[in-house]
Amino acid sequence: MLISNIEVVPGKRVTQHLGLVQGSTVRAKHAGKDLMAGFKNIFGGELSSYTDLLQESRQEAIDRMTAQAQSIGANAVINVRFATSAIAAGASEILAYGTAVTLEDR
Amino acid sequence: MEALLQLGVFLTLLLCGYVFGRRAERKHYQSIFQREDELRHIVVTTERVPEPEFLQHRFHLVNGSVVISVDYFKVVAAGLRSLIGGRITAYESLLDRARREALLRMQEQARTMGAETIINTKFETSRVSGNAGQGLGSMEVLVYGTALIPVGGRT
Repeated sequence: MLISNIEVVPGKRVTQHLGLVQGSTVRAKHAGKDLMAGFKNIFGGELSSYTDLLQESRQEAIDRMTAQAQSIGANAVINVRFATSAIAAGASEILAYGTAVTLEDR
Repeated sequence: MEALLQLGVFLTLLLCGYVFGRRAERKHYQSIFQREDELRHIVVTTERVPEPEFLQHRFHLVNGSVVISVDYFKVVAAGLRSLIGGRITAYESLLDRARREALLRMQEQARTMGAETIINTKFETSRVSGNAGQGLGSMEVLVYGTALIPVGGRT
């Protein structure tokens, strides 16, 4: 499965366009780490626990998107975009979406 | 008495924010400058379609992200600034650092894959609602793009 955010894939041809696929996840950090983040808001600096959390969630969103693309018979997802939104205190939603296609060597 | 105590706490937080925040920012900028020099050979563009010379390359989605926190001093400085309006330089440098850090992480990921070009780079910024209603809280910066890997490069 090829995942890319470009529209035209070098050396490949789109043979079938299968429409939009998406994957999303909502995650929250547990209270202890949230508290640590509160302290960091005084001292400044990187919140690496949040960075990891968001990277994990993003991977999860990509995996779900890939699963959806596989289920409709695509072999690539192109033009992938990400969106993040804070939906509640300490929780954020990560969305990944793209176009499912079948690619063939030119 | 109570008001005095509150003032004491406020000033301590402000001082902590100023001292540690300043130090963190200086260190971070140093490391950013150094790594930017090291990674200069990895070209990052916003081109949407790859140039013809890359037709035989493999491609892979790469991303870099960072969550960065404000310090208390910046929150207060920005609060004062918003009374009179104008550029909030305290936050500008924060976001500049975050964006450059995210870009560096993406370049590092591309380097481990053996890529030398990243195209179609997109930036995204969002707020992690850590302390809602209080200043900026923490910002997440995500940058993603497509790394073009010469055939024979590592996966």
